[in-house]
Amino acid sequence: MALKASDLNIGDTYSEVVVDDLKRTQIVMYSGASGDYNPVHTDEPFVTKVAGYPTVFAHGMLSMGMTGKMLTNYVGDGRLTEYRVRFTSQVFPGDTLTATATVQKIENGLIDLEIVTVNQNGVEVVRGAAQARVD
Amino acid sequence: MAVKKFPVEASHIMMFARSIGDDNQIYYDDDYAAQSEVGGVVAPPTFVQASAQFDPDYGLRPKIDGKGWMGSGANPTSVVPPKPAKDSSSKEGSSGGSGGRSGGGGLHAEQRYVYHRHPKVGDILTATSRRGESWEREGRRSGKLVFNESITEYRDQNGELVVTATSVGVTTERPVDQG
Repeated sequence: MALKASDLNIGDTYSEVVVDDLKRTQIVMYSGASGDYNPVHTDEPFVTKVAGYPTVFAHGMLSMGMTGKMLTNYVGDGRLTEYRVRFTSQVFPGDTLTATATVQKIENGLIDLEIVTVNQNGVEVVRGAAQARVD
Repeated sequence: MAVKKFPVEASHIMMFARSIGDDNQIYYDDDYAAQSEVGGVVAPPTFVQASAQFDPDYGLRPKIDGKGWMGSGANPTSVVPPKPAKDSSSKEGSSGGSGGRSGGGGLHAEQRYVYHRHPKVGDILTATSRRGESWEREGRRSGKLVFNESITEYRDQNGELVVTATSVGVTTERPVDQG
């Protein structure tokens, strides 16, 4: 269902837990679907012994994809006109992510949203913005 | 990255949606999608990233023979030291994915999409990339950071612009400090 401009107010928020206890298998699924097989995401010996990280970590684009699920659930399918993020912290197996959109502007049938996704410790992992068409 | 043909296929959208944990019916049920506002199965917002599947030279996919791949087989790595992915050294800029160099040093810093419309099943897209800006700064947790921007335009079978994607990759001096 699309949003109606007349029902919206600046400062309105919408939140979703987009992943609960991220599994390594989901990271493998994302590698397969996206085609990005960088071993830092799935190969524990490589990432610990060669790349120097404590363990494998999610693709930034997996965090963006999961955050995007919150967005499309909020604004409706095919409604986004713009979506951009910065990856501010890495996401590791076991993380639980909560994505939140906040309405910044409502004008000419478009809304501007601020987007923040945090992990279970309240650490911001994704920050960005989106724009969507509303009725 | 240059991709001559990126066919937007129903099963690929279904698998991609599953991988991001999105069970929205619009991504797998064409009967449901036909009755919806968009009129058919559309791609999730970040789906064009999967155009890497159709890039013959994509550097973050093992070659069929598995040779030269940086991931571990019998040993922690089959390539010592890990080589930068092919795409990161090309003049065209990186293919998105994890942004800049692979092998542990390269990370994806930023991603932006502008949707002129949303790709749908049956579209055959092309992708062409160009380098954008480059800049450097000193990072608190990982030493000197080198940022490289790559802009990719996805066009449909009629030459119409569908999605403009901007990827910013960052190469860190050392692994990101987790403390």
